[in-house]
Amino acid sequence: MAVEVAGVASLGELERSVMDVLWESDAPLTAYDVQARLERDRRPLAVTTLLTVLSRLEKKAFVSSDRSARPHRYRATASRADHVAELMHEVLGGAADRGAVLERFVGGVSAEDAAMLRRLLAGGEGG
Amino acid sequence: MLALACALAIVAVLLAWPAPVALARAAWPSRAPARALLVWQAIGLAGGLSMIGALALAGLAVAPTRPALAVTPAAALAAYLLAHLAVVVVRVERQRRRHHALLELLSSPHPTRKRTRVLDDASPVAYCLPRGVRSLTVLSRGLLERLEPDELAAVVAHERAHVEQRHDVLLVAFRAWHAALPRFPVAGLAVREVAGLVELLADDSARRSVPDAVLARAILAVSAGRAAEAAEGAEAPRARDRVRRLGGGRATRAAARARATPARG
Repeated sequence: MAVEVAGVASLGELERSVMDVLWESDAPLTAYDVQARLERDRRPLAVTTLLTVLSRLEKKAFVSSDRSARPHRYRATASRADHVAELMHEVLGGAADRGAVLERFVGGVSAEDAAMLRRLLAGGEGG
Repeated sequence: MLALACALAIVAVLLAWPAPVALARAAWPSRAPARALLVWQAIGLAGGLSMIGALALAGLAVAPTRPALAVTPAAALAAYLLAHLAVVVVRVERQRRRHHALLELLSSPHPTRKRTRVLDDASPVAYCLPRGVRSLTVLSRGLLERLEPDELAAVVAHERAHVEQRHDVLLVAFRAWHAALPRFPVAGLAVREVAGLVELLADDSARRSVPDAVLARAILAVSAGRAAEAAEGAEAPRARDRVRRLGGGRATRAAARARATPARG
């Protein structure tokens, strides 16, 4: 069980590294290209592993592939900034049922209440 | 049979209107959020069951010779409510899975805290993504830069309470009720109240490990610079209570304690 959890965690890290490579590249890349770019800063990875990671990312719609070319070429479907914007949109509001998806520490504090808290803290710390 | 149906219908009406409105106006739920949440669940469950029961009994009173036909309206209402629950659960789970996938790509694991991810964003944000045992707490870089260690502990304790006490399950049930009855104002009131009460409950968990003043500072730090957005949810009475509870006598004493042992440099 512990081994399995570790495996899943490292797979997540691998997906992140692969996406970082694709985000940095202007042109679509083959699995071999990704392998070459990843090897600059980590131990060698099997191309079959990368193909598995790429197909997982494709299933999640983060990556699209051109299957007419041999070997297949992969590209990110959206930029990193676009994905960050999607995530922050969901976190900070705008999305209609944000509250259903995640629970945020502070939803909103009115100006009046914030002033009251500040007075309290100033009195407590300054006096 | 008809008298019983009428009696049950009266109970259903009481649970659908005066009881929740009175509970939402009461002051005690802010002092005892756990008990208030139990009452809300009881109202929701009993309200639904009494409505279904009243329909079934009325049907049987009107058409006692054809029981299958008589209970059809009651069965239809039950199926309608359950279908909405299923739809909301599936939709929320799909959104959470997508959010989780985005987080895996865009955030990095916190160096020391388990099941915690750090999001590289300047705005101070903390939230949890409840997914049972795979639940995550997400802290932004802006939050980590802005908060003192004790304030961060307050935030983490608050989010952990949401996850451990499965507040998401409670909220999904009430959201499903609201989705099933969108024109029924009390359903919306119930969602706002339950959402507010779980925040109070999570705050109570945090207050067991940090002084009120520390939690208050954390709330201020996270809400700072977000004035444009502050209107959202801030008008809900329980959201106001959340802040005001920290301003009570206990907070003053806690502030005095914090002053005696300066946690902030």
